[in-house]
Amino acid sequence: MTTPLPRPKRKDPIKRTRLPALPPAPRSREALGLTAVAAEGRFALQRCEECGRVQYPPRQLCGGCLSAELAWRDVPDHGTLIAGTTLHHSNDVYFRERLPWRLGLVGLDCGPAIVAHVMEDCRIGDRVRMSVRLDRSGRAVMLAMPPGDEVPNMEDDLELRETTCHPRHRRVLVTNGKTPAGQALVRAVAATGAREVYVGNPEPWHASPPLAALAEIPAVTVFPLDVTDSQSVHELAGRIGAKVEILVNNGYHLRPGGIRGRRDINNPRAEMDVTYFGLLRLAREFGPVLRERGADGPFGACAWVNVLSVYALVNNPAFATWSASLAAAHSLSQCLRTDLLEGGVKVVNVYPGPLEDEWQQLLPPPKLTPEALANAVVKALVDGVEEVYPGAVAQEIHARMRENPKEVERELSL
Amino acid sequence: MSTIAEAATGAVARDPEAARTLARFLADLLAGRIRVVDLTETLEPGFPTIILPPELGQCWPFRSEEISRYDERGPGWYWNNFSCGEHTGTHFDAPIHWVSGKDLPNNATDTIPVENFIAEACVLDCSRECEDDPDFLLTIDFVEAWEAEHGTIPPRAWVFMRSDWSKRRDPAAYLNMLEDGQHTPGPDEEVVPWLIAMRDVHGFGTESVGTDAGQAIHFSEPFPCHYYMHRNNRYGLQCMTNLDLLPARGAVILSAPLKIEQGSGSPTRVLALVPAPAG
Repeated sequence: MTTPLPRPKRKDPIKRTRLPALPPAPRSREALGLTAVAAEGRFALQRCEECGRVQYPPRQLCGGCLSAELAWRDVPDHGTLIAGTTLHHSNDVYFRERLPWRLGLVGLDCGPAIVAHVMEDCRIGDRVRMSVRLDRSGRAVMLAMPPGDEVPNMEDDLELRETTCHPRHRRVLVTNGKTPAGQALVRAVAATGAREVYVGNPEPWHASPPLAALAEIPAVTVFPLDVTDSQSVHELAGRIGAKVEILVNNGYHLRPGGIRGRRDINNPRAEMDVTYFGLLRLAREFGPVLRERGADGPFGACAWVNVLSVYALVNNPAFATWSASLAAAHSLSQCLRTDLLEGGVKVVNVYPGPLEDEWQQLLPPPKLTPEALANAVVKALVDGVEEVYPGAVAQEIHARMRENPKEVERELSL
Repeated sequence: MSTIAEAATGAVARDPEAARTLARFLADLLAGRIRVVDLTETLEPGFPTIILPPELGQCWPFRSEEISRYDERGPGWYWNNFSCGEHTGTHFDAPIHWVSGKDLPNNATDTIPVENFIAEACVLDCSRECEDDPDFLLTIDFVEAWEAEHGTIPPRAWVFMRSDWSKRRDPAAYLNMLEDGQHTPGPDEEVVPWLIAMRDVHGFGTESVGTDAGQAIHFSEPFPCHYYMHRNNRYGLQCMTNLDLLPARGAVILSAPLKIEQGSGSPTRVLALVPAPAG
């Protein structure tokens, strides 16, 4: 069992807040392929398409036959912890602050032997599950984990925590509590043991009984927040910006239609205002303090979630203008990711498929319920991934976009 | 008709009586014998706009983006870009706003004769009735009872319905939107054509969102205030405040909207000139 972390005490206000130190970030271009794998929470390694050898670390050529025909393939992730050691000294600032630190050598069933970070519950000789994860620099690292998920308090393992964004004991802002998805998100986050859940209430003159019901949850506080209003975002950042450790940007404004829709651009503009400018306004106001607080105690700032849609990646003509606003937000999120990684804070983009809601009513199933979307967001935080595609439709579109984006574009236009 | 040159040199002969009236007016204003009451809500992002079904077009709420504030974006000056709808905040409704007034002459903010932006107001105090019943409707009987006390409404006067609705500072209570729609007071469907035909009123003004009652869509003539007033080239003022500071008769209302080309209305600084209390 992993030693559980106690609920944090209030911070000593006269102590200097520790600045985020980051683990070494430089990687070769080949090794960045592993970052892509880690971003999605898969386990893939380079495999030689000619001789079938699985290799690690990533290289330009196959170490067995010198072929350049290398492809990233999902491979079995189990192996044996052959050897291990515990570091008590490091010249790297990041590791110095986190000593002692366990390392080990894992012999993978699929071939390679890999030097990896090792969790507290793995002993030498044990079977382990190898995981490629994003560290606080946003780069891929290998972590040896117990083979099952049954280890009590596993999420409190100190080395695992460096790659995850668990909401427990953290203060989470969900920017829009007026949508069913937002309400499900608040419930799901509160259920993880979040210390506080702040919920944005846009257009407060519009009474919302479901939002009022959320306020009954002890950890939940509702605040006015309208991401289309710079002043409103500024004011809320002034009130709670320095407390937020996870921000979930779930702004949602969809009006079906494309170029041949209504003559005016009011609806497309409103979509842009929520989806794109909303993200920009939040990022300007909440981003800087989040970045500064990346190492503020064991439950410091750790994640920024954007709930987008798989149509951020390819335009759905039935929701063309909304898709365009999502594409803009997707692009901006990449800049935000660069900014926040300086503080060790992860940007998690969620790209669900069709949702079970009033604006996507006529889309055929399968559609994602608000609860399923919320659970996918929480799982992404717990797993520490950077990209998640909840729902069968999103999974399929994502897989096929990797193979042949043009094909997906044409199919969506039918 | 004077020439431009005469106007520039001040050589036009002016009516001395009117000049004395204006001088007296200014003297009274400076001396505080005439007070100015602001009937305008502050334009700010939190002020509610009318809510329509979400699939329909919507009016923008007020928004402001700073251009510079004595900083690197403009070292010596402060200013903002703002955006809003023509019907955001305290605002003026022009006849072109409604389909019934779309083809009338001089029906838009840029073409309405400027004299029409100054008119007397008759203020009908319905605040007690509205406190008891958010769906209170102004009737001909109510107006006649008011006239019995204050005299007949003169031609080309505003009729302002004082509901004290502006005292509802909670935006949800102000809009009072329930599952079956908005519940706010307004005129019934008989009093509006009566006010136009029998009293030749200038327009109708309210404190709530809309010159019509919140449930007016369900009347046999939906939105009668918009329909009849604008069909007869009359005007509307809504989201006003401070109507409780006005006398029942005798306030002069200044309500010039922005000169928007073919504008259907505009946020407006509505001012009332009222006699100071005697003594």
